Amino acid sequence: MEEPLLKVEGLCRRFDISRPWLNRVLEGGERQFLTAVADVDIAINRGETFALVGESGSGKSTIARMIVGLLAPTSGQIIFDGTRLDGTDGSKMRALRKRFQMIFQDPFASLNPRWRVGDIIAEPIHRFGLLKGVAVSHRVGELLDTVGLSAGDADKFPHEFSGGQRQRIAIARALSSKPQFIVCDEPTSALDVSVQAQILNLMRDLQDEMGLTYLFISHDLSVVRHMATRIGVLYLGRLVETAESKTLFRSPDHPYTRMLLDAVPDLELSGRRRQQVDGEIPNPIDPPPGCAFHPRCPRVMDRCRIEVPKPVPTASGAAACFAVESVPSPALGGLAKVRS
Amino acid sequence: MTEPPVLSVRDLIVEFPTRRGTLRALDRISFNIRKGEVLGMVGESGAGKSLTGAAIIGLLEPPGRIAGGEVHLRGDRIDSLSPEAMRKVRGRRIGMVFQDPLTSLNPLYTVAQQLVETIRTHDDVTEAAARARAIALLDRVGIPAAARRIDDYPHHFSGGMRQRVVIALALCAEPELVIADEPTTALDVSVQAQIIDLIKEICAERGASVLLITHDMGVIAETADRVAVLYAGRLAELGPVRDVITAAEHPYTQGLMGSIPTLTLESTRLVQIPGAMPRLNEIPTGCAFNPRCQQVFARCRTERPSPIERPGGRQVACWLLSETTAEEAHGGTALEGRGPLPAL
Repeated sequence: MEEPLLKVEGLCRRFDISRPWLNRVLEGGERQFLTAVADVDIAINRGETFALVGESGSGKSTIARMIVGLLAPTSGQIIFDGTRLDGTDGSKMRALRKRFQMIFQDPFASLNPRWRVGDIIAEPIHRFGLLKGVAVSHRVGELLDTVGLSAGDADKFPHEFSGGQRQRIAIARALSSKPQFIVCDEPTSALDVSVQAQILNLMRDLQDEMGLTYLFISHDLSVVRHMATRIGVLYLGRLVETAESKTLFRSPDHPYTRMLLDAVPDLELSGRRRQQVDGEIPNPIDPPPGCAFHPRCPRVMDRCRIEVPKPVPTASGAAACFAVESVPSPALGGLAKVRS
Repeated sequence: MTEPPVLSVRDLIVEFPTRRGTLRALDRISFNIRKGEVLGMVGESGAGKSLTGAAIIGLLEPPGRIAGGEVHLRGDRIDSLSPEAMRKVRGRRIGMVFQDPLTSLNPLYTVAQQLVETIRTHDDVTEAAARARAIALLDRVGIPAAARRIDDYPHHFSGGMRQRVVIALALCAEPELVIADEPTTALDVSVQAQIIDLIKEICAERGASVLLITHDMGVIAETADRVAVLYAGRLAELGPVRDVITAAEHPYTQGLMGSIPTLTLESTRLVQIPGAMPRLNEIPTGCAFNPRCQQVFARCRTERPSPIERPGGRQVACWLLSETTAEEAHGGTALEGRGPLPAL
């Protein structure tokens, strides 16, 4: 089997959210840590779109930031095309860097308002010394054209564009260093549906043309369904299930995944009765012991309250759940039929 | 014979005077909400959804103003009331749920103080009776241990719980109409579903009508009886939810429905509407959608379509559905040579 393009092993990130030292000394109180990401293993193959889904506070964006190097992991390693990112620096790191890029959620915040669009897009080209002189502006024109804008737009400022057009500029910037891998952190959640459709179509076309690999982060399951080949579901910083996109939507194994799918409003008017979902995501500072999902889980057992479940292999991926472990997935598929 | 609708909006126009001229943000919007009905209002940002809600309850941000049209609440005209009289209508007769529960709650008062104050403003009851009613209401909206938690401050509650408190606050004076403006947008999906169910149930229970404003067609599909689709401050299509979703008649609604990714559909490409919604100062003459419409013909560029009555209680503002223009549409450029007609 081919080596995955990106491998993440045992990735953890804790944030120190203690009050200042002096307050702790005077008023008492312990140091406090928030575990945003715990023991996450991901492998992303070349040319695929791996999606991370989860509700707010599940650690999606923290993982994205660690992968592109905006945030250092507390422990664990990130391996890009066979090279560990944490041990590498200097020129070797720069060579690696230009091979992955990121698209951010808010195109109003991710573009410098004082820079012309052409300069924004050309920055990675200059930074990595890819081209010089006229070739740069030529390339910028080409990129603008690729994302559905015109070469003449290079002289404009970001405020002259709408949200969808700005996201196109952000995509052009991400493409300018000819990367293989793009981390997309909620690229369309700030956009209206009709514009979202344009951007999603564009991203798929670019993937087909350039053979890009995406890590696609979203809270919107319908968008993920449309984009992803494989999906990882996060809950309170842990990966609870990974599966092929098709399998996940047909027969989710983990009770949380099932709950998420049930919660999506139904546009098909099938009259499908949603299962009532109870509770909310617990506070990540003080997560429940054992499986973090157990207080909301319809299939909770004694064991879930004490032990953290390890991922067990399923039909097309893995699920971290004791209930899945004890009842193999075919029986679960049957359950789903009975319920609907 | 027929009861007057709970809310009737006729030709509502909202304008913003600016230095560069007057911008028309809502242009002749008309709709009714019947008793116990949930009317969904969808549109993209800037379409005028929230503005419609704000205009109805008299909370337009100056310099925005109602420049025409009428709003009737069960037969009583409310768009021309004094601010003082309008304040009595708000809360008492129209309840409101906004997107961000934190901005609807005062962080300096406990939930009990806010609920009791609201109940006593609208009803002449003792403090103890108001408190008992508030606890019952919190219990109804699903706050666990309501009798204890009522004395907490808003920041003690999670996002979903806060929105439940806001719903209790909106309903505490037994209003006839609840305007819910993006009530679930700030919440996570799993909580969203709970809140949608709650709004639907509790309003049905009390016979309150709902104007549900959202950009999420899925929420509308699950909650609303009828839906109004807004585009650039104008009503594009209005009709029963099922009809509009499964067989949209306006080209904009058709495009909108096709551009929504769904869980069940395995499509490789989403339908995409080219371009973006025009800014208020750039609304084209004729039909506002004409530059993006695939089926545009000459008349669309010159004359603005009014909503056309369709079978099944639907209204669609599109020349394609007007019989007089059917042949022109097929005849191609029949109107091309003519100068622009005066706007309707």
